[in-house]
Amino acid sequence: MDILNALVAFTNFVGVPAIAYGSQLALGALGVTLVYSVLRFSNFAHGDTMAFGTMITILVTWLFQSWGLSAGPLPTALLALPFGILATMALALVTDRTVYRFYRTQKAKPVVFVMVSLGVMFMMNGLVRFIIGPGDQRFSDGERFLISAREFKAMTGLREGLAIKTTQGITVITAVIVVAILFWFLNKTRTGKSMRAYSDNEDLALLSGINPERVVMYTWLIVATLATIAGVLYGLDKSFKPFTYFQLLLPIFAAAIVGGLGSPVGAIAGGFIIAFSEVTVTYAWKKVLTYIVPEALKPEGLVQLLSTDYKFAVSFTILVIVLLFKPTGLFKGKAV
Amino acid sequence: MAEPFLIGDRMTGGYGKGPDILHDCTIAVNPGEIAVIVGPNGAGKSTAMKAVFGLLNVRSGAVRLDGEDITALTPQDRVAKGMGFVPQTQNIFTSMTVEENLEMGGFIRTDDIRDTMEQVYDLFPILREKRNQPAGELSGGQRQQVAVGRALMTKPKVLMLDEPTAGVSPIVMDELFDRIIEVSRTGLPILMVEQNAKQALEIADKGYVLVQGRNAYTGTGQDLLADPEVRKSFLGG
Amino acid sequence: MSDSVKTSLLFLFVGVLILLEGTTNVLFFSGSWNSALVILNMGLVSAIMALGVNLQWGFAGLFNVGIMGFVALGGLAVVLVSSAPTPGAWTQGGVGIIMALAMGAMSLIAAIAIWRLLEPGKLRTVAMVAVLGVGFFIYRAIFDPSVAGVEAIDPALAGNLGGLGLPVLLAWPAGGLLAAGAAWLIGKTALGLRSDYLAIATLGIAEIIIAVMKNEDWLSRGVKNVIGLPRPMPYEVDLQNDPAFVEQAAGYGLDPILASTLYVKLGYSLMFTIVLLVLLWMAQMALKSPWGRMMRAIRDNEVAAEAMGKNVTKRHLQIFILGSAICGIAGAMMTTLDSQLTPGTYNPLRFTFLIWVMVIVGGSGNNFGSVLGGLLIWFLWIKVEPMGLLLLETVTAGLADGSALKLHLLESASHMRLLTMGLILLLVLRFSPRGLLPEK
Repeated sequence: MDILNALVAFTNFVGVPAIAYGSQLALGALGVTLVYSVLRFSNFAHGDTMAFGTMITILVTWLFQSWGLSAGPLPTALLALPFGILATMALALVTDRTVYRFYRTQKAKPVVFVMVSLGVMFMMNGLVRFIIGPGDQRFSDGERFLISAREFKAMTGLREGLAIKTTQGITVITAVIVVAILFWFLNKTRTGKSMRAYSDNEDLALLSGINPERVVMYTWLIVATLATIAGVLYGLDKSFKPFTYFQLLLPIFAAAIVGGLGSPVGAIAGGFIIAFSEVTVTYAWKKVLTYIVPEALKPEGLVQLLSTDYKFAVSFTILVIVLLFKPTGLFKGKAV
Repeated sequence: MAEPFLIGDRMTGGYGKGPDILHDCTIAVNPGEIAVIVGPNGAGKSTAMKAVFGLLNVRSGAVRLDGEDITALTPQDRVAKGMGFVPQTQNIFTSMTVEENLEMGGFIRTDDIRDTMEQVYDLFPILREKRNQPAGELSGGQRQQVAVGRALMTKPKVLMLDEPTAGVSPIVMDELFDRIIEVSRTGLPILMVEQNAKQALEIADKGYVLVQGRNAYTGTGQDLLADPEVRKSFLGG
Repeated sequence: MSDSVKTSLLFLFVGVLILLEGTTNVLFFSGSWNSALVILNMGLVSAIMALGVNLQWGFAGLFNVGIMGFVALGGLAVVLVSSAPTPGAWTQGGVGIIMALAMGAMSLIAAIAIWRLLEPGKLRTVAMVAVLGVGFFIYRAIFDPSVAGVEAIDPALAGNLGGLGLPVLLAWPAGGLLAAGAAWLIGKTALGLRSDYLAIATLGIAEIIIAVMKNEDWLSRGVKNVIGLPRPMPYEVDLQNDPAFVEQAAGYGLDPILASTLYVKLGYSLMFTIVLLVLLWMAQMALKSPWGRMMRAIRDNEVAAEAMGKNVTKRHLQIFILGSAICGIAGAMMTTLDSQLTPGTYNPLRFTFLIWVMVIVGGSGNNFGSVLGGLLIWFLWIKVEPMGLLLLETVTAGLADGSALKLHLLESASHMRLLTMGLILLLVLRFSPRGLLPEK
């Protein structure tokens, strides 16, 4: 019984949140990795692209709410999501036209692109703050829990409860669907394959008649979609704040690099590795341990390895370890 | 003499704004023929082929395909016109499967490419066997077959190979040459740059010996092999 | 127009901007000398930061986006050097904390030694993990009670170790040293990596430094802030109570309150200018020296430089440490100017990316350009807000007063800053990638 209680407590406080957070990071890291493999630079504006998409979704959500439109038990934001994606796609394409394309024709060095993405980051960040303000926004509505801790306890008779928030469920399901579609697209469709070919060998892709501008355009469309979905899921699960989204850049980059920059599978694996490490290291294990260790050894403190404020340190440490021992990442990314 | 099917006619030019590397150099090939460009290191062999393919500036002279002047076209446009080109290095998509490589080769085609793919598999049976393996995991000789197969997917009217046997063992080289002869028997003109001059001239219908970007000797493969001058200077006696 | 004329004119332009700020209140100028000096002082500090970044980027092509971390370390140095030691803190746990940190460092070193000495294999991995794990728990066992001890001392006012009580000016070089130490650690691990990786690594380390300063109350009081740090200039109140000063001020026709604030601020301006000039002179000498030429040669062609037998990584480490140290000095100066350390206010947009805008706009590779960029962009950073308000007031003039859109737009004027900085950066990168004062 105690083992079961420990397991439930573990799932409740570590497993479920880490899976949800991991899915969000994985979607973010997929965007970063796609830009890296096709456009060949680390996009520092990705966090703010996520913020932009989420902001539009929030605005449309508010509009729908004011019309009395809702998705029943599901958050209204899911109805607004397509509009957020469309707006972000437009923003990404406009940015590419006005900013990145110039440097592409110049064949500028990757570091110049990174610098340019800093400028884009500033502008998007400013734009988001300008429109919605720098404050915290919660926009999740509908049913709060799939299973609440009380229901679970009543159901199982265990002392520990297991709560799964609706947003966590939605996050995981959406992430699975999105990733499945993305992999189907990349591996089965002509356009997807041409993207992979372009990322693999640009010159040969040109020789094969693949139009780089089309590849770039599709990449931005996909990246905008992924960024918006990742941002909205994160915002539903926690809350939306422009600065938090900017800071998400670090775990997202860490996930992409740990998995291997340029490798979609790696991005997903990296997302979960980072999420699980962050949650595990910053979780206070006292509760779980009390169930499984003998009475005499019961921990006095919280048994928390690091305070939650150090979650960046966790992503960062994993990042450094991987960079030192396996610079191409776990799933052999590419190095420019 | 009738105009050859593909001709780089008296080409002079170099990379970008750099100095001229080619001087009045002429390269041509006809259907059913294998034309081989040989010469010492730095003679401009690859450069001559790249000039025909449009990868460098031809300042004077012209490139004509089937009588049409294509000097001003980009390499991509030349591919569309029916030129197949296999670069010397990085000539496959290493992370993609053999089949995907072939598919990408036929990217510009809008018709059904399955028949062509079958023909390529018939020509290179090993590729059929490894169709679902990432091309980067294949051996050197197999990679070259993928590279040639990829170029064949557009159903080109002429095939150009830049040192197809660079870095492969002599046995593999012989096998590759056999394949190339087979491709040529289908009537496809083949223009090829080769480092292994002797072996290449043996299978060549036409040979071009370049020295410092100029045509030094031109003739049939057998003629060149028999020419004492050529033997002495380039074939090591 | 010759280079030096252009340089002089551009600096003159910035000077005029600051003079206008002090004298006129048309448009976005405030007509207050106080405000002009505030802008000038932070502009000087920013110029020093830009100088440090230019050393790394302009000379060596190193892409450091962790400037904020080094600046914050400089600020921490001020607390550690100049604030008064908290009574009893060392006996209550200070010693324990130092021991715990030493213990942690030792287990790290032991782990590295195991990694180096043992053959690769399971044994090595297990031994390393064991050493790290045991080390961590011993570290926590000593560390936690010590920290609790220190933080229990007068938590409303202190709760930290305090400093050495030394003169605050000593904190400036100390800030440089602290930042240099951190840069050495980061450089050792990250400099061999590709440029984007260095960028991400520095971005991460900066966040961690801030996280440490926010959370380790025993060190920096965390988000409770350290206020009332000693300053190198007298307090305004003391000056106002000094009859000699009041008399002198009256001689210039100034009232004592204004005179005292201006006096203090001018004092800072003078000190900062001296530091800036010294560093600028050193940077110029470095640029022209064989060392500087070699650096630029490495930047322009790393492979060739390596082939010529230059130890590229070692050179990179040197310049990375130097540049970061300069940022540390600037950080210490800034904290001295504020006479408080507020870990919660460090924001990468303001302390890392804004400095980058300064370097790029000024002209990367040109020291004078960085100084110019620092002063000019800082002026804009402050003034974009009133400019934006002015702009939005004009734009919304047609809207009815009290309309929601108008209110929202006017309220949002402060967010014009980031937008404008991004725009400036993009415009400069596109149309004048070498900046206002290009590298010669």
